[in-house]
Amino acid sequence: MEFAELIKTPRVDGVVLHRPFMPTVEGTLCLTGHHLILSSRQDNTEELWLLHANIDSIEKRFVGSLGTIIVKCKDLRVIQLDIPGMEECLNIANSIEALSTLDSVSLMYPFFYRPLFEVIEDGWQLFVAEESFKDLESMTDEWRLSEVNKDFRVCPSYPSFLTVPKDIDDESLCKAASFRHGGRFPVLSYYHKKNGMVMMRAAQPLIGTNGRRCKEDEKLINATLCAGKRGYIIDTRTIAVAQQAKARGGGFEQEANYPQWRRIHKAIERSNVLQDSLIKLVEACNDQSHSMDRWLSKLEASNWQSNVKEILTTACLAAQCIDREGASVLVHGTEGTDSTLQVTSLAQIILDPTCRTIRGFEALIEREWLQAGHPFQQRCAQSAYSNGKPRSEAPVFLLFLDCVWQILRQFPCSFQFNENLLIMLFEHAYASQFGTFLGNCVAERVKLQLSQKTVSLWSWVNRPQELQRFLNPLYEPNNLVIWPSVAPQSLLLWEGVFLRWNRSTKCLDEACQEMVHIIEYNKELQNKVNSLRRQLAQLETEDGPLQTP
Amino acid sequence: MEHIRTPKVENVHMIDRLTPRKSTAGTLYLSSTHTIFVENSEARKETWVLHSLVYNVERLPTNPSGSPLLIRCKNFHVYRLLIPQEKDCLDVLASLTRLSRPECYGELFCFSFNPNLDKELREKAWGFIDLKAEFSRMGIPSNLWHVTAANHEYRLCETYPSELFVPKSAFPAVIVGSAKFRSRGRLPVLSYFHRDTSASICRSSQPLSGFSARSADDEQMLHAIMKSNPVSELMYVVDTRPKLNAMANRATGKGYENEDHYTNIKLQFVGIENIHVMRSSQQKLVDVGELPAPSMSDFLWGLENSGWLKHIKAVLDAGVFIAKAVAEDGVSVLVHCSDGWDRTAQACSLASVLLDPYYRTIKGLMVLIEKDWVSFGHKFSHRYAHLDGDPKEVSPVMDQFLECVWQLMQQFPCAFEFNERFLIQLHTHIYSCQYGNFIGNCQKERRDLRLQERTHSLWPHLWENRAEYTNPLYRTDHSQTQGVLKPLTTAYCFKFWKGMYGHADKSVASHQSPADCLNAVREESQQLEEELSAHQEVPRETDAGQETCPTEGEENFRGEEEDQQAV
Repeated sequence: MEFAELIKTPRVDGVVLHRPFMPTVEGTLCLTGHHLILSSRQDNTEELWLLHANIDSIEKRFVGSLGTIIVKCKDLRVIQLDIPGMEECLNIANSIEALSTLDSVSLMYPFFYRPLFEVIEDGWQLFVAEESFKDLESMTDEWRLSEVNKDFRVCPSYPSFLTVPKDIDDESLCKAASFRHGGRFPVLSYYHKKNGMVMMRAAQPLIGTNGRRCKEDEKLINATLCAGKRGYIIDTRTIAVAQQAKARGGGFEQEANYPQWRRIHKAIERSNVLQDSLIKLVEACNDQSHSMDRWLSKLEASNWQSNVKEILTTACLAAQCIDREGASVLVHGTEGTDSTLQVTSLAQIILDPTCRTIRGFEALIEREWLQAGHPFQQRCAQSAYSNGKPRSEAPVFLLFLDCVWQILRQFPCSFQFNENLLIMLFEHAYASQFGTFLGNCVAERVKLQLSQKTVSLWSWVNRPQELQRFLNPLYEPNNLVIWPSVAPQSLLLWEGVFLRWNRSTKCLDEACQEMVHIIEYNKELQNKVNSLRRQLAQLETEDGPLQTP
Repeated sequence: MEHIRTPKVENVHMIDRLTPRKSTAGTLYLSSTHTIFVENSEARKETWVLHSLVYNVERLPTNPSGSPLLIRCKNFHVYRLLIPQEKDCLDVLASLTRLSRPECYGELFCFSFNPNLDKELREKAWGFIDLKAEFSRMGIPSNLWHVTAANHEYRLCETYPSELFVPKSAFPAVIVGSAKFRSRGRLPVLSYFHRDTSASICRSSQPLSGFSARSADDEQMLHAIMKSNPVSELMYVVDTRPKLNAMANRATGKGYENEDHYTNIKLQFVGIENIHVMRSSQQKLVDVGELPAPSMSDFLWGLENSGWLKHIKAVLDAGVFIAKAVAEDGVSVLVHCSDGWDRTAQACSLASVLLDPYYRTIKGLMVLIEKDWVSFGHKFSHRYAHLDGDPKEVSPVMDQFLECVWQLMQQFPCAFEFNERFLIQLHTHIYSCQYGNFIGNCQKERRDLRLQERTHSLWPHLWENRAEYTNPLYRTDHSQTQGVLKPLTTAYCFKFWKGMYGHADKSVASHQSPADCLNAVREESQQLEEELSAHQEVPRETDAGQETCPTEGEENFRGEEEDQQAV
């Protein structure tokens, strides 16, 4: 297919662009296969360079022959284009609509994007299962890396390599897989070095209405328990929802068959509910005319903060079982690709200081989200301005990022990265020039040959020039487990995302700058004092002639 | 001492609300001024609770493990004690109830508090804030404004300071006449003069206009104020009450200015609710904080239902309106409410914070509180229940002002020299009665109580400890520090003040504070600077260095530059 077919009017002059906090600009609007570009005619610099993929929805309005297109983006920005000429405006609107909703993944921009920087460290090769297994091997010999899913036959949404208990053979794994939703049998998610406890994740067991059981599944998870120890199964659904799932062939682990496990139900909402919550929240944030009462009641009605609280609470519970109770944990919901991953990844941020470094956080996202088969393509197809009937869109990943932000806010010195990294990940999950978030699972990514045909987001982020922007000046490596408060007054609205386009951040940015200054100045002084001290020490020892340090 | 029935109770438990298992055992002592809990643990950790900070004491039903006692404080701390014997519990309850409600000024802590300062130092301390100097900092007296002796010995208005600044063009008769036409004699006088525009903020109480009364003197007084701003032909009268309340006051012979009777005034209502609404709103807010394990909905619903943030927004909106009139339109403003000592004080002082960077410094905020609140007769002892009295007089007026400043700090993190801790400390001392500054309801009362001889002043104490109250992000040359602040007052800009209302629970406390961390870094930098200069080494100056450290330290480095070779 040629993009040109979709672009009837590639260029319009005299278009006026309105954006939040910026003066309006008049210029020439150009449409390309992947971008909407507006450049002011004065100095030929681009004023706007917007990926079609970032466009969530558009609205058209006409006053006489002047058309207006309101462009609502997936990053929650809203811009307005005034286009002279009814026909031009209609053409542009139609093209944007068509180009922003292309169905075929292989037509997406990442397949066309050529980086302007040299890829020094290929992000596609950064996080390999074999490598992280080596780390695990150095701590314990009770696990093995299984290739049972090499061709993605046992579980289409799992990666090829999976970490499983050493004593469980591939045949048992296959049987356990047939007992779990989507073949997602229990696999290792996290090993807690401090006490050897583990966190596993899976999908719901398929016990159905007649209470099926699977010896191999029982054996598999029991293999993770120490003798005489009990473990916890955290089901992210309420007991009622889990009960209902039986009617559709799903369900939860029966006590009788899993006597060594204690099951706890939590209430993380399902994806369609979360999407609705996001839409309501953004609607509330975008209306600046709200009175205080109306704002608070809309914020409450959106339920967004409740969702954040529930997810964080569940993650804390999982972390508590592991670190405080000294028990192993199995986490699952229904499919094991959404709420399960929110919980397992957040628990690791609480427990494992490595996950609070930039590299560690990237590895966490790669491991617990991308390889673990969170369906990014489906979930991030639309954002808060989707007005059609929701298919499988849901801000599952955005909620995870929001929770990370909450922890970051409470422990501002414990993270190597800052809020900007989280916002950047949110943007790129929804629209990107990089291939990282394309596809729904490893199998799809392999089929699309993403690692050959597109650039990895990590190749870009990890460049020293880019990394600067994401560093937290207050970071002091901290080896402790960090317990966030989940009390309602401790959880705030993530303004960096939800109010980003509604209020200027100039003063807050200046404050960040100021922090950087204070800390850099301190480092500089330290270096000077240290070098002086060395010189002094040298002088004092009087060891022959002065050497240059 | 006669109120203490039992001075010591052993085997008392202090209970953590969220995790009752984590209670600590210890001994409870009652002194004439404090309740003291000493932990039995190795560290013998002590918790001191000032009697005058106790809001109420509640005994919960006795259970097998003992009698629970709840001590709620005016700074929103809550202590939960478990006393083994019911009789002891009743004794403690009775003693604390009496001790926390002094019946006369003489019983207040400030009269017994003795920080071992000699007489001379104490007197000097009371001169720490000098309002005359503050007016002269504004450029007053000037050719248009001067001080009048009309209120000498509080003849004209008992609740005003004895020195008042009025337009030079207002004759003594006009001043007296205007005072007669204002509720409680609180005539229009100068609160703040804005040098850049020559516009001023004046304050008063409501006029005794009723449905038709007028006063030529009062009209002349307002005219004189307007004329004291030579470039402007207009003046705003900001009535901080909701219009309906102001109208209702007309039936009692009070009310608001009739625009037809005054030359070129524009009347504006800004709708801040009265002290009773505010009192019950804050109580609802505090109740939200005490909910056991609230869900997010409980919390947000409670926050909305309390109306607290709505009121905070109304107060800040009033300040923004006045600041804009003065700075942008160059128009003088007369602010009043009913008596002109609550909402008027809030609106005037907030406008001043927005207008003048000086009031965003540690010393400046002290001066502002001393001027707009203490000297102009904000009824501290009534509002903050220093004595056992009419509960209808109690209201969190000052709490709201401090919170508005805190909300501003959230929007302008580099604009204030002080930090959140400073505001919280001020809040505590407004209630604590440890220092004499906020005792009584007006200047005259304080003079009659001879507070300067019998008590100590808070300000020098705070000033000595200012390092603790300093915002590390503040720099005198920062753009946020300069000029007028223009905050957003959209609903979503207002936040629940966790530092003030959220510390009923230990677990909710902030885990790491960036400000503390930065202060530590800055302190270390200072030590390093000292070490460097001791080594007589000049740090190479970078942009960062110049911007973060425009202190005297830098000058020292420069001074020693010539000696650099000596190393």
